[in-house]
This record gives sequence, C-alpha cells and structure tokens, in this order.
Amino acid sequence: MSHDFAPLPDLPPPASSVGVIGWLRRNLFSNTINSLLTLFAIYLLATLLPPLFNWLFFDADWIGDSRDACTSGGACWVFISARFSTFMYGFFPENETWRINLIYIALIACMAPLFMEGFRHKVKLGVFVIFIFPIFGFILLFGGVFGLEQTETSQWGGLTLTLLLASVGCVAALPLGIMLALGRQATNMPAVKSMCVLFIEFWRGVPLITVLFMSSVMLPLFLPEGVSFDKLLRALIGITLFQSAYIAEVVRGGLQAIPKGQYEAADALGLSYWKKMGLIILPQAMKIVIPGIVNTFIALFKDTTLVIIVGLLDVLGMVQNALNDPNWLGYSTEGYVFTAFVFWIFCFSMSRYSQALERKLHTGHKR
Amino acid sequence: MTAAVPNTAAENEVMIELRGVNKWYDKFHVLKDINLQVAKGERIVVCGPSGSGKSTMIRCINRLEEHQKGQIIVDGTELTSDLRQIEQIRKEVGMVFQHFNLFPHLTVLENLALAPMWVRKMPRKEAEAIGMQYLERVKIPDQAKKYPGQLSGGQQQRVAIARSLCMSPRIMLFDEPTSALDPEMIKEVLDVMIELAESGMTMMCVTHEMGFAKTVADKVIFMDRGQIVESNPPEEFFNNPQNERTQLFLSQIIGH
Repeated sequence: MSHDFAPLPDLPPPASSVGVIGWLRRNLFSNTINSLLTLFAIYLLATLLPPLFNWLFFDADWIGDSRDACTSGGACWVFISARFSTFMYGFFPENETWRINLIYIALIACMAPLFMEGFRHKVKLGVFVIFIFPIFGFILLFGGVFGLEQTETSQWGGLTLTLLLASVGCVAALPLGIMLALGRQATNMPAVKSMCVLFIEFWRGVPLITVLFMSSVMLPLFLPEGVSFDKLLRALIGITLFQSAYIAEVVRGGLQAIPKGQYEAADALGLSYWKKMGLIILPQAMKIVIPGIVNTFIALFKDTTLVIIVGLLDVLGMVQNALNDPNWLGYSTEGYVFTAFVFWIFCFSMSRYSQALERKLHTGHKR
Repeated sequence: MTAAVPNTAAENEVMIELRGVNKWYDKFHVLKDINLQVAKGERIVVCGPSGSGKSTMIRCINRLEEHQKGQIIVDGTELTSDLRQIEQIRKEVGMVFQHFNLFPHLTVLENLALAPMWVRKMPRKEAEAIGMQYLERVKIPDQAKKYPGQLSGGQQQRVAIARSLCMSPRIMLFDEPTSALDPEMIKEVLDVMIELAESGMTMMCVTHEMGFAKTVADKVIFMDRGQIVESNPPEEFFNNPQNERTQLFLSQIIGH
C-alpha cells in the first residue's frame, strides 16, 4: 500500500451566506415579494403593538381596591387583583384557603425531584404522586376529618377546580386509554376487541358538552330514587371516559408504528403478553405518541371550561361570575385577557415539557 | 477449519420433529407436508429460492407462525394453541432474525438481561453477569452500555445472537441472519455462528451462505414451493445433487 488516501481540506462557506446578513437575506429579503411582505409586517407591528402595550401595561391601573381607581383609560387590573382569590379558590371558605395552598406546595415539592437528573427513586415517587397524593389532596380539600372543616364540592371552584378536573381527567384517562388501545389491537379476542371499539367510537362520537349535560341532567333520571352522587364526581367520570377514548386512539397510532419485528423478538424470547407490552412495546409506543398525548391533554385542559354548563365554576366561570357583579360591570376585556393568560401559561408549559421529554427520551436509535 | 462432527443423530434424542406439517396463508399453500427430524446437536442449513417457505417453516417451530395441519414437536412438547406450552417452548428455543430486532430503547446489556430477568426470574446482577459473559463470547463487551442504534449491523446481529444465548436455549433458529448485512460484516457474524455450532448447539439456519453450510452443517435441506426437495449431508448435497431443481439452484448460487 504505497498510495495513501488524502481527503481535500474543508473550506469555509462564502461570507454572504453566514452571520446576521446571511440570515436576513435568506429569511426576510430573499426576493422582491418576500421583501415587500417583510416591510408590510414591520408596518403592521409598528402600528398595532404600541397601543396594545399602552393598554396592557403603560396606561393600565394596577393599584387600588375598587373601580374608582381605574381612571387612566388603560386596562383595569385592579378588577383582577380585587377578585383574585375567587378566581383561584372559587367559593372555598376564605380562612380555609391555606389547605389549597398546602396542596399546591406539597405537589410542587413532590414533583420537583421528578424533573431532576439523577434522582434515583423516580418510579416510587411517581407512583406516590399518582396513587397516594390524590388521597391526601382529597382529604385536605374535602375535610371533615382531623378537625378540618368539611367543605362541599359546590364550594370548589376557580383555578383549583380547573386543575382538579384536568389532572384527574388526564391521570385517570391515561391507563384507561392504554387498556382500550391494547384491547382494540387484540385480534385474537374478538369480544374484547369489539367492546373496546364500541366504547371508543361512542365516546369519540359525542361532544364533551353533551357528555357533561347527560351526566348532570339525565343520569339522575336513571338512578333509583334516593341515590344521588356528587355533581363534580359525575363530571369527572364523564371527562375521564371521554378523554380515555381520545388517548386510546393516540396510543393505537403509536402501537401501529412499532415494527412487527419487535413483537416477534419479544415473543421469541418467551415473554408473556403483558411483559411484552409493558417492557418492549409500550415504552417505545408511548415515546412516539408524547406529542399526541400532550395535544389531547391541552385540549382537555381548555375543554374543562365547559363544566360551566352544569353549574361548576372553573376559573372562566368565576371570571364570568365576577363580571356580573354590579361593582365591576364593563371590565369583561380584562377578565377574558386574564383568563386567556392563565390558560396560556399552563398549556404552554405542558407543550414545552413535552418537547423536553421528547428530547430526553430520544436515545438516538431510530432504525 | 475442523470438519463437521459426523452425524450421530441415530443415537441422539430428537429435538425437533415435524410430521406432515401444512400451512396456508389464506388460500396460498405455503408449506406442503413437511416431514423433518432434527436430533440433539445436529446443525441443519435450510436453503431455497425466496418464497419457498423456508422462513415460514422455522418460524413455525417457535410458533411465530401457526401451522394448520400436522404436528410439530419441540423438545418433547407438542405445539398447540396452549399459551403455556408455547411460552415453555419459546424459553428453550432461541431465534435470530434477519433484521436483528434488538430493542432500541434499551442498552445492549439491558437487551441481554431482559429475558433472563423477566422470563427466568433471575436477579438483575446475575442476569447482567450472564449478559456480559455472552457479550465477551461474541467479542463486543465494550459496547455493553451503548444503544443498538449506535452499533454497526454486524455488531447488532452479534448482540442479537448473544441475547438469545442468554436464555441458555437448547435449540437455536437463525432466519437469514446475514442477508441484511454488508459483505464486510457477514464474516464476523458467521464466525460467531461457527463457534456456536462447534460447541454442540442444536441449530437450524436459513441461509444462503454455502460456505457456512459446507463448514458446519450436518445436513443441508433444499426447499422449493413449500416442499422439502432434497435433504442430504453437505458433501452429497453440493457434489452430487439429486434433484434437477437443486442442481439449477446451486448452479445459480455458485455461479456468482
């Protein structure tokens, strides 16, 4: 071997294609039409943004406790701060709101290690948060034991109710949805399969608002006299079943994306059905469907506002309730902007978290 | 290379027996009256044109495919639709696939330790020790912590072989183990398979690697259109093929 292979040296790219100038040229002024569109967009931003920011921040009233403080013509954030506690806690007894705060703090304290790299007991803690923590939370919210004053579920409201509905809906619907997806794939058990198909197609076919309405108005008609169960519980069950059908379909998509060889390799090693699914198929399938699952979670989070039609007042319901207060008539814009902001924060966080999760779980092993 | 150990099937116990096995895909008759006996320690190479049913036949042996007529008896247990019997047989029968089918979400060592831990109920430490032992046997212990996607095809296939061996199977099935590999990597996989064959493992291997067949096989089976056309020791099979169809097939393969 006398002739060694010598590759040519790498050269730098031409100057006009890199750096700020290169970026501007590529993205904003690549041709005449794009240049015109860029200029038009700049004009729109310049005319719309200043008045918006003036209204939101610079001309807004922040301090005070009644509408008399709102004189400057901008947004009246006094309305929000004056009614803030009802937006957060609903009609929960005022001197008991520490219980809700305690739940939030405890939940954050429990969840924080789950997001930390290198924490060893994630699975145990996760099981605790999903199975034990809700009991603790329920006792704190409902009271009636350990000297805690008992509250009615009709007093639960505001953001607390929104978070309760959304988290119970998501956490309870996920395992149910996975089971439904597996059932729908079970071609060797036609009875199970058709039951799952029937369930999924029924719940996907009806609007959530109908589900809530039925659970609150029609269900009591079918129950024997004297038997009644809580309105909130009925709404929660309705939301969970509804959500599980959507999750089932998302998970099914993931199951279908797993190559047949994975099933065969697991079978060939002698793994039973549940071990095959739990150790091999679902970990891969769930990773694929994270965006889809989070998408349904976000949709559910926003759909919880529909509980207003059965008389449960979530954060939007509480805002609307406050707008009917004669002292605060006419501040609906502020109320809705605030509500939108609250929802946006939660939905955006969920979206970012799902992206981070995808990156973390992507171990660079695409086949 | 050492010559294949003479066939002593007669005095050995039968590990795999197929009696009049038939299988259809819908109306397509893919296996026609297959009769076959594999003795303990015997190495069988199955070859034939694509679509001849050779893969289907060995996939029937661990019930990845279901046969519709006839009997398949593996290690004394007949394959029926009884799930417990199927799982019992799969514990004793290792399989290596054309496309490796490693679990991409687990590291190499986790791939190896999974089945011993969850099927044989072995403690993790012990399962991983066994995993490392087999990784050394296939000569890639330094890749233990990597994910399958980070390995070359040849390395992946060697991991797949090690993964099957971790269950200490009594029979190994190979379904075209080298057909998805670059020519440079075929040899490293074949070397592992030859070593395994020389250790006395009962093997059935669907392959077109005729060199491998000549080196280790006790018997070479030629299949065409769902039937076993010819079944002979390699010297006989290559030097003096009986059937016209076999002669044509061999002339095409060796012509390359």
